[in-house]
Order: sequence, then structure tokens, then C-alpha cells
Amino acid sequence: MKIPTYTSALLVSVMGGLFLTGCSESESPKDAPVVINKDPFPSTYKPMKSQPTLITNVTILDGIGGKIDSGAILMVDGKIQALGEDLSAPDNAIVINGKGQWVTPGIIDVHSHLGVYSTPETASHSDGNEATNPVTAQVWAEHSIWPQDPGFNRALAGGVTSMQLLPGSANLVGGRAVTVKNVPNRTAQDMKFPGAPYGMKMACGENPKRVYGQKGGPGTRMGNVAGYRQAWADAQDYKQNWDRYYADHEAGKDPKAPKRDLKLETLAGVLDGEIIVHMHCYRADDMGTMLDVMKEFNYQIGSFHHAVESYKIADLLAENNVCSSMWADWWGFKMEAYDGIKENIPMVHAAGACAIVHSDSDQGIQRLNQEAAKAWADGKRVGLDISQADAWQWLSANPAKSLGIFEQTGSLEVGKNADVVLWSSDPFSTYAKPVHVYIDGALAFDRNDPSSWPVSDFELGQPGEGDSK
Amino acid sequence: MRTLLKLATSLAGLVCLPVMAANIAIINATVHTMSDQGSVQNATVLIKDGKIQQVMSPTPALAGYQVIDAKGKVVTPGLFGAYTSLGLVEVGASAGTVDSRSEATAISHTGAALDVSYAVNPASSLMAISRVEGITSAATSMANTSQLFRGQGAIISLADNTDPILKGTAFVTTGVDNNGADDTGGSRASLWVSLEQALAEADYALGKTFTPQTDWHGITSVADAQALAGVVKGEVPLLIEAHRQADLLQIIALKKRRPTLKIVILKATEGWKVAKQLAQANIAVILNPESNLPYEFDQLAATLQNAARLHEAGVTVAIGMNTHNIRLAKQHAGNAVSHGLPWDAGLAALTINPAKIYGVSESIGSIETGKRADVVIWSGDPLEVTHNAEMVLINGEITDMSSRQSKLRDRYLKVATDKTVHYQRP
Repeated sequence: MKIPTYTSALLVSVMGGLFLTGCSESESPKDAPVVINKDPFPSTYKPMKSQPTLITNVTILDGIGGKIDSGAILMVDGKIQALGEDLSAPDNAIVINGKGQWVTPGIIDVHSHLGVYSTPETASHSDGNEATNPVTAQVWAEHSIWPQDPGFNRALAGGVTSMQLLPGSANLVGGRAVTVKNVPNRTAQDMKFPGAPYGMKMACGENPKRVYGQKGGPGTRMGNVAGYRQAWADAQDYKQNWDRYYADHEAGKDPKAPKRDLKLETLAGVLDGEIIVHMHCYRADDMGTMLDVMKEFNYQIGSFHHAVESYKIADLLAENNVCSSMWADWWGFKMEAYDGIKENIPMVHAAGACAIVHSDSDQGIQRLNQEAAKAWADGKRVGLDISQADAWQWLSANPAKSLGIFEQTGSLEVGKNADVVLWSSDPFSTYAKPVHVYIDGALAFDRNDPSSWPVSDFELGQPGEGDSK
Repeated sequence: MRTLLKLATSLAGLVCLPVMAANIAIINATVHTMSDQGSVQNATVLIKDGKIQQVMSPTPALAGYQVIDAKGKVVTPGLFGAYTSLGLVEVGASAGTVDSRSEATAISHTGAALDVSYAVNPASSLMAISRVEGITSAATSMANTSQLFRGQGAIISLADNTDPILKGTAFVTTGVDNNGADDTGGSRASLWVSLEQALAEADYALGKTFTPQTDWHGITSVADAQALAGVVKGEVPLLIEAHRQADLLQIIALKKRRPTLKIVILKATEGWKVAKQLAQANIAVILNPESNLPYEFDQLAATLQNAARLHEAGVTVAIGMNTHNIRLAKQHAGNAVSHGLPWDAGLAALTINPAKIYGVSESIGSIETGKRADVVIWSGDPLEVTHNAEMVLINGEITDMSSRQSKLRDRYLKVATDKTVHYQRP
């Protein structure tokens, strides 16, 4: 399975700055060129305090196809320090005998609206769709995030350690998505996954044409596609203007910087390979069209989201290196979801394409392991015999790859962030629950210690505060 | 003649079984009868003329029975979709046949008169898609009328036939939650007075004859008042959607004022806070045990423990509120079990409890002598997400295990390239 790798936007930003600094020292001294800060809302995430922790005697799925039957994992200073069968603990380590229990990488949900469509679902909390124009690439989901959404803590109890928070799907281009650590604190920046590239939400099909059909269009699928193409054409033009500006400046001319356009800046970021497209798309034919739009404008779609018909074109998706982020069994709530089948995920996997289990739901995000379990069992029943160890890629490694954070997390490998879940039993089961959830080695959730459970501001002093949720 | 059909482990094997009305013996099974007989190991279920004849162990002589060997399998009553709109909706949003919503009509001022019995479509694709997952019957209701009542619901069978109604005008639904208040005056202060008035008008209409000339100035239409007759007489369950403690206490107070009402609460998100009072008032609950977020300010105390705590207090709990994916009710029940509900109670919440709630437990909901033979053979624990229905019998007949979805799957599992997909019929 081929999955594109993405350069960190932050890294690109820094390198761009160095390069430009070099320019300004060229033979014809001019005003320094305009440098656009690509990270104006930098992450202020700090891992919580952790203690060295050794978990022994567990079944380990490493998230990249490996399984250790009687394994151990050692987490030190927020990183995975060792993984194997017999490990010894440092003197100050907490040692947990996990007999009968399982360890996996933390679950990463590529599709969540927590914080942008928070509970309670009042109109005041409806901050996910800037449904005022079909192309709103200029809006950023992180500016809507309410870190007090109680849903974050529910997802934590389900073993979710990172997630992408996206704008909704009303628009052709909905805006920037952001990847966060599931450690909500006082501001959105406190959650931002350090170094993660931005995503950009796009949407196929019914939603944009329904929302804009009576508001000036698009009102059809062909109108949708015209809208994407015009947006990309405008972005190409914008990118050329800036490229020309920097080239002229380097050539010693005294060019005037183009006017910044926040909408086109995000789209140009995609064309530059710094921002990853995540596209809500249900039907096989819609996805087929978008693969050609992708080629026409030379960008990469990281993942089709929802993708209920990916099973019809799994070979095409494999060829084009595009992931599918899917539910196990949602179907029928709208026409473009009518052909959903339960074997979608394993069929995509079996075709050699990148399969991801996603939620798009504050309920589903709490039980993504069960969604994977259903898909795994449904595949097995029709002869797609995928090991549990391989199937866990749907929950951690593939999401991490599609978000551009696989170097840091998404598998249990030495040196990676210690984003780890200790399950009460085989997680491919209704009855398995996370016992411990570690984020950067810190024990973020301990099912056995109710006094330690996180409670959002909203739930303080309300009925049910601190209850088992 | 005795025919021995081994229960094949592959789905393909099952699909090939002949479908015929016959006397059937399911043998070697672990049977959860959901009757007083409890769970029986190595059991034989005898089915005759579409009814359960007997559940017994060990296996008797089986002349004249088609034998199904369910060794290693689990057998349960067919699952009962506790609250659905099955047969009333094909595709909900912006498409399809939708009889689960309505707008105001001349016949009804409050929604009570609307009757889904006329609207159920047994050929809906949702029927087979749900049936192959072990759902054999369901309560079906309108989902939204924007009025005080959501009409009269029906109990349906998911058998592949043309007469799905097991019991018409089986229940009436209303809501006293935030949505209910929105539909009737925007406040609980107007909603509750309207509800009381509607019931009072139904009392008044009992036994009266109406003609188009009859003077009638109720807030309900005559048809509404007549439709509520069964409710005020206690013959037809009144389902009331409610979440918060205060609203649940209002419902308990209503029950005290009108002891004849047969009240069932939908959702009861904060039900655990008044569990004992609900049990004392003999009020059952249909809920989604996974609902653990404060979606509205009337659901702040939502918890995954709700089903377990209600059951512990003695409340009859049913699980299964969905339509397209009512097949996930078993997963919902499994998660309730994972959070404290005893396993037997989890299965009861999918079978005998909804049957009792709707007054149809004489005929369905358990595997018991004389009842309809709605029976499912599972690959293992039905509450486990990795197990599935392998054979579904309705009214004693083995049903076809294919659906629109299985055909789509089979078409695309192996796509031949010499012809376009339209020519490839699984």
C-alpha cells in the first residue's frame, strides 16, 4: 500500500524563511521580501507530566501489522522506549502487569467535529459550516473550537489520542482542518498537534448543491465541479503571482508583493503540497471525477471521507494513492449513502488501497475499535481474511499517514510518541474497554480511578458531574 | 422423512438451504428462550406449523422434521426493533419515499389520528437489510409530525410477505422534551396543558357518535380524540419521549393522576435518577444506552450506566431506537452490558421486553410453546460485534439471507473486466 508522505507545514515555513533571508542578502539590497507567517496560531501543547511506565504480559498490536502475544512496552519521557517480550523497568518506573489485556497504538480519528459542533447542540455551538459562500478556504476550524466540548473526554475514554477537527460539508471548500491531541485545555492552540500539517476540507455531491441550490448555486453536481475547478484555477494564478514576486525579488528587481488573499492562500498551500485535502465524497462516480480534477490541477487528495462507495473503485483509489475514511455500516440516510455496504472497509483494504475507520460522530468516536471489529468480521465472513494486526492500521497508522503525523505517532515503534491504549481484553469486541489511555506517555485516562477522570468546564456543577460516562 | 441439513459455517452454504414451510428441528444449540425456561444447552427447538412446539434437551426422535444442526451456535428469539420507522422511509434526506414525516392536515390538529398502518411498505429495502441481521419484528412509528402526537404506530413483521402488520394502532407517541415543547407552543407550560386537554377530550369522546354536523370545539380534531380512546382506556400504550429528571417526574405524576394510562418512556436519558419511582409506577423505558452526552440541557446527566441502573431498580428496559441501522441494536445492548447491564437483560431488551411493552408477548419475543417461530441462529454471542445472524426464521419459515447490500457486495467482490458491472448479476 502506498501512502503519500507530507512535509510538515511548519518545517516548510521555517525553510522558506531561511531561503528568503538568503535572498535579501543578494547583490541588489532591497527591502526584505514579504514573508507570510504560515503558523500564526502556533501550538502551545505541552505533554502532561508522565512517569516511566512498563506494561508487561499483554498482547500487543503494534499498529503496523505486528503482534506480540506476551509482550511488554516501556514508555519513558513521553516516548516509546522499548517494545518486546522481556523488558526490564527503570528504577522509578510504574510497572503494570496487564495479564489478559491488550495494548495498541492510540486511536486517531481523521474525521471529527468535536469542538466545532459541540454539545450541547445549541445554535450558539453551530460553528462548523461557514455556509455563506461555496468556497470558504479562508476559514480555519481551529477558530471555532470550544475546548470545553464534553465530547473530547468521551472520546478519550474510547481510546482516541489524536483527531482531525474539520469544518462541515456544506461548502465545496469548507476551510482548514486542524489536527489536535485529545488533551483539551484552555485554548484551541493548547491542543494543536505540534508540527502537524493543515488539512483542507472539501465536499462532493449532495450537501453543497442542497445548501447553495437556492442561494445562487451550485445547484447540481456539475455546478459543484465547475466550482472546484474555478477555485483551483484562481489558486494557480495566485500562486504564480507570488512565485513571480519572489523570483523577481531574487533577480534584483523591486516587485510589489501581491495582495494577500486568505482564501487563495489556503488553496495555494494545497498546490504547494503543504496542506492535505480531505474530501467528503460518497459516490464512486463523484470520487472518480475528483481524481481527475486532482490530476488537472496537480494536487494530492489525502483521503476521501465517508467514501461509502469506495468498494466500487478500490483499485482506482489504490492506483491514485488516495485513502478512504469510512464508517463500518452507515447507510441510507441520504441518496448518496444508499449503496453503503458493511464490507466496504475490508474490500478497500484487500484491494491494496489505504483504508481508515473514521467517526464523524461524537458517539462513533467513542467506539472506533468496535467499528473496526465489525468491518474485520464482515470481511472475514466473505473470505477477506485480514489479521487483527493488519486491521489495526485502519485505526492508527493509516489515519496518521493521511494526516501527515505518522513520523510522530500512529504505531508502537521505538522513539515515537507514547500514544498508547491498554485494553481490558481483545479490542475487537463489544466488551473491551480502554483501561488506560496514555498520550505522550502521560496517563490521560484511568478507568479504575474515577477521581482522575477529566471533566470539562461545561459539566462542572451540572447534574452528572464526574459520573461514569 | 428426516432430512439432515448441517448448518454450514459459510454464508454461502446457508443461502443454498431450501426455503419451504416444514416442521423444523434446530438441534445441538445453546438456546436463550427468554421464557421461564431460561437458557438451555444442547437444546432442540421444535417448530411445527410456524409455531414453537417445544424447547427440550436432549434431542428426541425427529421423524418428519427438517433438522438444522446448530452445534456451536447460539439461538435466540428474533430481535424486536423497539422503536423504528421501518417501512415508512426509504431514504430520509432530500430523497426517497418518506412517510415517517407529515405536515398539518385537515384530519388532525394534534397528530394523534395519523395511522402508519396504511403506510408500511414491506418491499422497502430496509426490511431485508434488517431481517438478515436477525430483526424479525418491530414497532414502527412516524418520526416527526411537528405536532403534539406522532400518530398511531404499528407492530410489524419483517417477513418477506405482503401483510406486514402484526398489530395496528398499537401505540401513540408524544414527547415532553425540548423538541416536544417546540412543537406545541414553545414551552413545557403550553405543552403539558395541551396534552392534558387532549386526553380530556378523548375521555369526552368515548362512546359518542360523531357526524359532520356534530358541534365540536376541541383542540384535537374528532379523529384525534377518537384515536386517543385506546390510550385513555389503558389499552394502547402512550409512548412519551423525555430526558430530564423533572420531565420524568411530571410523567410519573401524570400516571398517578391517570392510573389507567399504560405509559412507556422513550429515551429517559436521566432515567437512572428516578429509577425507583419509574419501577414503582410500572413505567417501562425504551432507550439508547450509548447516549452519554448532554445533547440538550435536558440531558446533562446522560451516562452509559443508564440501562444498568434502570434495570437494577426493576424497570423494564428495551433497546433499539433506529431505522436504517436498527441492526445495530444488538451492539447497543452489548455496550449496555459492557457498562453493567446483565447479559440476559441485554438480550431481553431486544426481545421479550419490547414484546411485553407493546402487549404482543403472547405471540412473539420468546421461544416458547405456541408462539410464532421467529428464531435466529447466530454464529455466537449476538451482542458481540464480531458475531452475526446465520439463519433467520420468521413464522417458522427459513428466510432468504440476501439483501440489496449483499448483492452489491457480491457484484464488486470480484469484478470481471470483460463486461461492465451492469451485466454482472450476483
